Amino acid sequence: MEPNSSLSPPSSPASPGATVWGAASQISRFNRLWSLEVMAPIAVGLGALVLWEVGVQLFQVPPYLLPGPLLVLQTLVQEWPQLFPSLMVTLQITVAAFVAATVSGLLIAILFTQSKWIERSFFPYAVILQTMPVVAIAPLIIIWFKSNTFAALVVCAWIVALFPIISNTTLGLNSADHSLQNLFQLYGANRWQTLWHLRLPSAMPYFLGGLRISGGLSLIGAVVAEFVAGTGGARSGIAYQILMSSYNLQIPRMFAALIMTTGLGVIIFVLLTLLSDRLLRHWHESALQREN
Amino acid sequence: MPPILTLHQVSKVYGNGTVALQDIDLTVSPGEFVSLVGPSGCGKSTVLRLVAGLGQPSSGQIAWGLSPGERNLAFVFQDAALMPWATVVDNVHLPLKLKGKSLRSCRADIQEALNLVSLGGAERSYPRQLSGGMRMRASIARALVTRPNVLLMDEPFGALDEMTRARLNSDVLHLWEQKHWTVLFVTHNIYEAVYLSNRVVVMAAHPGRIVADLAIDAPYPRSEEFRTSAQFNHYCREILRYLSSPERTVTVP
Repeated sequence: MEPNSSLSPPSSPASPGATVWGAASQISRFNRLWSLEVMAPIAVGLGALVLWEVGVQLFQVPPYLLPGPLLVLQTLVQEWPQLFPSLMVTLQITVAAFVAATVSGLLIAILFTQSKWIERSFFPYAVILQTMPVVAIAPLIIIWFKSNTFAALVVCAWIVALFPIISNTTLGLNSADHSLQNLFQLYGANRWQTLWHLRLPSAMPYFLGGLRISGGLSLIGAVVAEFVAGTGGARSGIAYQILMSSYNLQIPRMFAALIMTTGLGVIIFVLLTLLSDRLLRHWHESALQREN
Repeated sequence: MPPILTLHQVSKVYGNGTVALQDIDLTVSPGEFVSLVGPSGCGKSTVLRLVAGLGQPSSGQIAWGLSPGERNLAFVFQDAALMPWATVVDNVHLPLKLKGKSLRSCRADIQEALNLVSLGGAERSYPRQLSGGMRMRASIARALVTRPNVLLMDEPFGALDEMTRARLNSDVLHLWEQKHWTVLFVTHNIYEAVYLSNRVVVMAAHPGRIVADLAIDAPYPRSEEFRTSAQFNHYCREILRYLSSPERTVTVP
């Protein structure tokens, strides 16, 4: 055996060496998980937390101005029974608004791409809807839906989350490959066949990109609407908890609620990214693993 | 034999006033392999698109010697134009799917088309996993799956390396000899045009027009030796002359 034979790749994927090769790549992927890429942000985060804690202790900052991370963590554990149900209320609003925005955004985008005139006539109003400060109109919406606060909050969050889906999906539906469009025309495809087999798959990466933005915006929309609504009672969301904690100068509790909200946002983003990678893994540049 | 396709005084003027084609006269007999060569902008692809019905001529007529029922066109695009989200089988299935045939009912046709282009075994692959040459083979298989009698090819091998191009040239030629298609082949590569065709139609730009129509009198099957023969070189020189001085008079074969 040559001394450097272990360095040469297997001659073909079907050779017995392939399994060893595959195992090796799995190990290297595992190693990569603990590489600098992952360790660096964790180190930065831990360092910042330590600095924060040390700073708070050293300068004896009162907790109502800035609580240390240990106190926040302690409060989070203590207040979990009250905060978690509130977070679930906000989650319900977020999910309802997100689903509504996804379905309506997709349908509106499909409608837009049926004719240039529909798009030209209606797109400016979608932009107006997007730029409208939801904080300003939320009280009105809540009054309109006076008997149903949940629906009012969902509508507010829906307004915030809708535009990225319309905008991205419209772009995607319009960016189907020109040769493929010709091919469909040549083989006598009707409008629905072209939509279903060409335009929608072409729009998929754009649509999924829109979902990732809207997932976070749904949460922000829900929190902002709750802030404005300031609803009391049993069905109060996490924003209400943030607001009340701030009024009562329970700043560690406010931080705990904030961390939960942010954590929820991160979870939503990660889930939508996983969904996107899974749906696009075979074909789209964004989801392909490359060696270089 | 009556012509299968006749273009009579066909012109195409775009909305901005660009004359893409001016007074194109072209007659194609059944079973002929006709190449259109010319510089970019000479309208050779436009001819193909008009013949395919992807657009209407501004003036002139395009007449078929086949009834719409007998006519079965297939188009091969320069960039393979495969759906990246679909496997090779699903891509080849597309023309039949658009006619309402399920994958199950046309498995045999798809397999046959894939075998014709030597792509058996790559059925479950996605376009990204294929080389440029294999993608083009898949694209040709998609064209063949409807059993066409007229094949329109728009610079199909333009983006491929020279070796792959030579392989696909001889493969297409073998298939053409078996299947007796009528082929309209657009290319800017004169060597490819001479090697493949019965006739080479030379075009010039501004406005797009035909400057020469040369018969390539060499028997089929054409071997690789033909590519280096004196006869081959003679035709290539001839075409180059027309390309470099397009104002010369038209020669009719």
